[in-house]
Amino acid sequence: MHWKKAAAQALLLAVGTAMLCSGALRGEAATVLSKAIRLCLECVGIG
Amino acid sequence: MGKKFSGVSQKLTRFRGYIQAAATLFSNLHLPNFLKGEIYRGAGKKVCVPGLNCYSCPAASGACPIGALQTVAGSAKYGFSYYITGTLILLGVLLGRFICGFLCPFGWFQELLHKIPTKKFSTKKLKYLTWIKYAVLLVAVFLLPALAVNDVGMGDPFFCKYICPQGVLEGAIPLSVVNSGIRSALGVLFAWKFSVLIAVIAVSVLFYRPFCKWLCPLGAFYALLNKVSLFRMKVDTGKCVACGKCAEACKMAVDVTKTPNHTECIRCGMCVRACPANAVSFRYGFGEGKDKSGVNAADNK
Repeated sequence: MHWKKAAAQALLLAVGTAMLCSGALRGEAATVLSKAIRLCLECVGIG
Repeated sequence: MGKKFSGVSQKLTRFRGYIQAAATLFSNLHLPNFLKGEIYRGAGKKVCVPGLNCYSCPAASGACPIGALQTVAGSAKYGFSYYITGTLILLGVLLGRFICGFLCPFGWFQELLHKIPTKKFSTKKLKYLTWIKYAVLLVAVFLLPALAVNDVGMGDPFFCKYICPQGVLEGAIPLSVVNSGIRSALGVLFAWKFSVLIAVIAVSVLFYRPFCKWLCPLGAFYALLNKVSLFRMKVDTGKCVACGKCAEACKMAVDVTKTPNHTECIRCGMCVRACPANAVSFRYGFGEGKDKSGVNAADNK
């Protein structure tokens, strides 16, 4: 059981890293930035 | 009082309030922007902070993970965010709901409100409400922004727009104080969101962390990874005397001796401080680990 849990943790870390990198490579970080540097009208209740 | 604290676990819980304050400051470094009435526009906002912190807060150092998830999901170009989901998986595995207990500004805000001296109510009989946050995560954060789109294929950030009280607390209120343009633009939507914020504030005085337990989609995401996170709770069965003080001390309605890595455990460490035998501690590492009796520790749930 010990090694199974460790393997699942390692796998999830690898999956998370791969997803983060692939998302950044396809331009998602730029999309996040373009939204985050502008006032979010929905967040503040202007809509 | 007079109990001598020792060990990393006890020290961490003892200084938790200071860590929460530091995390809130780290998530909101650009304090002069509160007076300027503007938001930070630097490259730091490509990166998500780990807790719930609106990126329309004037001082916000980074992006809100939930806001960012919806932004990418609701964009015409993408329908799902690998970047943010991958970030949250990493954070969830590395820290789990330690983020909720130590690093989230809105969690800290609710705890400060709960210190207001009034009658307090237990949520032990309201455990079924904890499922609501998973529905909020699935529907408002993932599905609606991707599926309820306009003619050009863009969706609204439904959680941010209709539910999130942090956007009003950190964004709308400070900005409308100094910016008359924003103040004059506030209307029905703001009134609704302000009502949500007031309700969360009122309920937080009476119940411990109600938003974290019942509504927070970020907490829901980390909860899914709590059982596999490297940061975990450990109960030394050789030391435990089954007095029940840990379960009594837990305000998240978790019995750490039965389910040490329950989805609702935010690793606040109240059980660590309550245990008279020093049997409960934090642990960091891969796998299950063994307790001092030589038996493999195992989650029952």
